[in-house]
Amino acid sequence: MEHPIVVSLQDIMVDFDGEPVLTGLSLDIHDKEFVTFLGPSGCGKTTTLRVIGGFVQPKSGRVLFDGQDITNLPPYKRHVNTVFQKYALFPHLNVFENVAFGLRLKSRDEKAIRSQVLQMLETVGLKGFERRRVTTLSGGQQQRVAIARGLVNRPRVLLLDEPLGALDLKLRKEMQLELKRLQQALEITFIYVTHDQEEALTMSDTVVVMNEGHIQQIGSPEDIYNEPTNAFVADFIGESNILNGVMHRDFLVEFAGRSFTCVDKGFAPNQLVQVVVRPEDIQVVPAIQGQLTGVVRDVIFKGVHFEMHVEQGDFEWIIHSTRASQPGEMIGMCIGPDEIHIMPREE
Amino acid sequence: MRRDTRLAYPYVVWMVIFIAVPLLIVAYFAFTNKAGQFTLENLRQIGEYAPVFLRSLLLAARATVICLVLAFPAAWWLSRLRVRHQRIMLMLVMLPMWMNFLLRTYAWMTLLENNGLLNRLFGAMHLFDLVNGINGLLGASLPTNITYFPMINTAGAVVLGMVYNYLPYMILPLYTIMVKIEPSEIEAAQDLGANTRQILTRVLIPLSMPGISTGITMVFVPSVSTFIISRMLGGGGNMLVGDLIELQFLGNSYNYNLGSAMSLVLMVIVLLCMGVTNTSGGEDGIEGVV
Repeated sequence: MEHPIVVSLQDIMVDFDGEPVLTGLSLDIHDKEFVTFLGPSGCGKTTTLRVIGGFVQPKSGRVLFDGQDITNLPPYKRHVNTVFQKYALFPHLNVFENVAFGLRLKSRDEKAIRSQVLQMLETVGLKGFERRRVTTLSGGQQQRVAIARGLVNRPRVLLLDEPLGALDLKLRKEMQLELKRLQQALEITFIYVTHDQEEALTMSDTVVVMNEGHIQQIGSPEDIYNEPTNAFVADFIGESNILNGVMHRDFLVEFAGRSFTCVDKGFAPNQLVQVVVRPEDIQVVPAIQGQLTGVVRDVIFKGVHFEMHVEQGDFEWIIHSTRASQPGEMIGMCIGPDEIHIMPREE
Repeated sequence: MRRDTRLAYPYVVWMVIFIAVPLLIVAYFAFTNKAGQFTLENLRQIGEYAPVFLRSLLLAARATVICLVLAFPAAWWLSRLRVRHQRIMLMLVMLPMWMNFLLRTYAWMTLLENNGLLNRLFGAMHLFDLVNGINGLLGASLPTNITYFPMINTAGAVVLGMVYNYLPYMILPLYTIMVKIEPSEIEAAQDLGANTRQILTRVLIPLSMPGISTGITMVFVPSVSTFIISRMLGGGGNMLVGDLIELQFLGNSYNYNLGSAMSLVLMVIVLLCMGVTNTSGGEDGIEGVV
């Protein structure tokens, strides 16, 4: 389902007080997709969003919308709406007037405005809240008003800047699903910024992992999780065991002091690589049956699983297992060929 | 809670002795004659001074509007500066207030006089020669022998004095409210399609309303009752209510019954004006500095 490109960033450079934030970022965003910019704070994800919204003027580079250059277009002329991090609702207006704000700027048709606002409020589950003052709403309700205020204008693209950051965990999970449902029902492109990798994996069609002003990897949540292109992505998306290794030949890699069969090929003979193994992909077996053996340092109960730190040589493995071993116990570890992910080593 | 009310007692005592009782005394004088008998004669007499009241209200209103127009963009600019720069600029705004009020107004006298600094500066720039020349070319009815611009002793000079002295009282309450406006609220308006004018009328002004109404009060009230500014800069022809009241107590027409009645009427007028600005500003129930 390859949709046409709606937003295209071309070689965007942004400085704040001479400090480079984005250094030549290029990215295409397809129509009707749920795209997430994921990265640690300060990685440039919010800045990228603000470039699309028109709130940050790039030092160089171009922003295309439907193939048209909008780099110098002010925010109020763009077919894009934003849900701001702290909602930025208008405290002097009630819920209805907040949502109607954008419509009123364009039209005087009171009847049409009324029906569109009421319908949008119903869509986000705020029917009956029209006359409420926004300052009397809970965080989740304010969030919904902010989303309705953007969506009621039927933008081609909705930008969301960590909109769920201020909500508690349970509400956040509910809103994640609801946002996804809204995006699919309205067929609007969502560009979502978050530092929460789980949130990114739950909602997105495409995840853009960013660090230090650069795109690290673009792909589906599965791709990003299963085939990280470098150690940063592997480490940022879920927990990982990342080890240095040597690719002896196709399908054979050495790390942690022994050789393993793997499914990767196409590396130069004896190329230095990094190996990623997810904590849940390691099987715990009796010591004598293990490909590797290690001593359990500690065991932490995490709800669905136990997290164990296991010392093997000079490396400490993280293992997620539904059965707990005892601290100090010697255990065996098995890693299947499918569970070994190989990346070229960066230097 | 009960015990906290006791903290207000000293102020309540102060208020009763120095505000409530004097007000009652003023009201008593306003409704009595020199012999101490009840009369409405004082109030009736005020009708004769209606032009002075009108002039006071008009000049104060003019000064208030000019202050608002000057202060609004200045306060917004101030509120968007970095915190460190805000402090410095705020100090500069308040700096003139540290200087003695009389001295400041005297300074304007020497500036605005017919042979004052400004007119001498204009003369040195041959501005009068230029105006005379143009007038000569334009027609016979225009004067061609101007040697100064009349600035002192005009209504304009009074308004200037008011604006100069009370401008900080407009900037400060506006600034206090505007600092609380999040940049993202302005961005949200832009994002929803508002151009600069629409941001101003639909977001910035409504959100600043508490500051606007406080600022209007703080400029209009002292302007409407001032007598120093009009005396020093307005000459004899621009008498304000303040001057009139002063005359009744300290001047030749010594009549404190009439003076009290004038004060009372002025107070009622001011309260009515404030009532109007506060209801128009406070309808959204935003808590301000008022």
